[in-house]
Amino acid sequence: MTDRHAPHGHGVDDHVYLGLAQSDQEAEARWAYGTGFADPLLGVDTALAPDVDGADLSLYCQLLGDDALILSQRLIEWCTRAPELEEEVALANLGLDLLGQARLLLTRAGQADGTGRTEDDFAYWRAEHEFHNVRLVEAENGDFGYSIARLLVFATARRALYLRLADTRAELDAVLTSVAVRGAKELAYHQEYAAAWTVRLGDGTPYSAQRMQAGLDAVWPLLDELFTAHEVELRLGVDPAELRAGVLEELAAVIAEATLVVPGAAPMARVGGRAGREGVHTEALGPLLAELQCVAREHPGATW
Amino acid sequence: MVTTLAARHAAEIAGTVPDPELPMLTLADLGVLAGVEQDEQDGPDGQALTVWLTPTYSGCPAVAEMAADVRLKLGAAGFTDVRVRLRLDPPWSTDLITDAGRAKLAAAGIAPPSPAGAPVPLRLGPTRLLVDCPQCGSPDTEELSRFGSTACKALWRCRACREPFERMKEI
Repeated sequence: MTDRHAPHGHGVDDHVYLGLAQSDQEAEARWAYGTGFADPLLGVDTALAPDVDGADLSLYCQLLGDDALILSQRLIEWCTRAPELEEEVALANLGLDLLGQARLLLTRAGQADGTGRTEDDFAYWRAEHEFHNVRLVEAENGDFGYSIARLLVFATARRALYLRLADTRAELDAVLTSVAVRGAKELAYHQEYAAAWTVRLGDGTPYSAQRMQAGLDAVWPLLDELFTAHEVELRLGVDPAELRAGVLEELAAVIAEATLVVPGAAPMARVGGRAGREGVHTEALGPLLAELQCVAREHPGATW
Repeated sequence: MVTTLAARHAAEIAGTVPDPELPMLTLADLGVLAGVEQDEQDGPDGQALTVWLTPTYSGCPAVAEMAADVRLKLGAAGFTDVRVRLRLDPPWSTDLITDAGRAKLAAAGIAPPSPAGAPVPLRLGPTRLLVDCPQCGSPDTEELSRFGSTACKALWRCRACREPFERMKEI
């Protein structure tokens, strides 16, 4: 991701592509495309809005950014394993959208609290208990039905949250608002993709319906955490509980169209009142982070 | 920041930079070039410029290449003091693609996007988007997959000429 030593606003100056492009014919240099990453907030105004606590804003960006980062990692695990090439491409595309949102949010988190931590610091150098994602996104992929059920729930809830942020809390932070405005449009495609598969499998053969219903049943206990406020969300006036009724209504409409049944499963228990938002995760997160972080930790500061 | 003749000249040059993923389009065609301004403290004779770019998708991996290309092309034209900055608000939309850009997309076999308007609503049940085949012009086309080789494109097929083609999605 970003060069951790680049002064803010000039990260692109050191980009490997520039060196190659200058030493070669312009068209020939294009092979280097994609070999580097610039600061995703290059030159964006970093000032905080008055009355907004930087540490609170940072933590909130981490909650949302960690959700996006971890689900992105789960989605790309489908590469080479999806039922059809088209689905593999689709799931990788969705993962890329979420990774882009995570990069912006985690970069903003490091700006807002004044620590200057980069997206890489957050992604690669935090321990498991320092991740704030909900347990929904870290659960193992399971079968295609489970992954679709999880995507349907997440995309529906996150799009609703982004729309709410953009509509009613635009003054909270300009960067967060711009992530929300664009992210809501991206998530509309995610939601539509997951809804289409839910209907196709649910209203398909008896066997596909059974597998899709099993996916929804298994995901449902993890739904509650999306609407359970972390204290920082209450302080910032962005209580996700307000989204619950609308999201459940949207999910119920898709499930009805799929001729399936809205599950009635009870929420997964919290541990001493804590769950993913507070850094208490399931056993699924450790192996995911080991894979996500191993290259960066094996070769600290490496560039290529 | 002020818009000067030099800035306008630089904007014309920066606007000709091709998009790394859709090289038939320039940054101006795509609506990614959000403006060029001359830095005020530099005085009227100076050449210090700020180039504003608006990235397409959140996960667009091409921003670094776009910025490097802009600096390269402006440097060759004598603008050596150039800063590239990102502008996230207003967000990029396919509605910003110019008419010239849409014509170039179609000429390259990529069906241009329809007006994006409000955030894409959740559509249940069969949907009929009317898309003309960029090869033969027939409206008898169907979507194969909403996701294609890049974040911005979907895979389609023409039932008349049997050719597959790509289509840029509204966002």
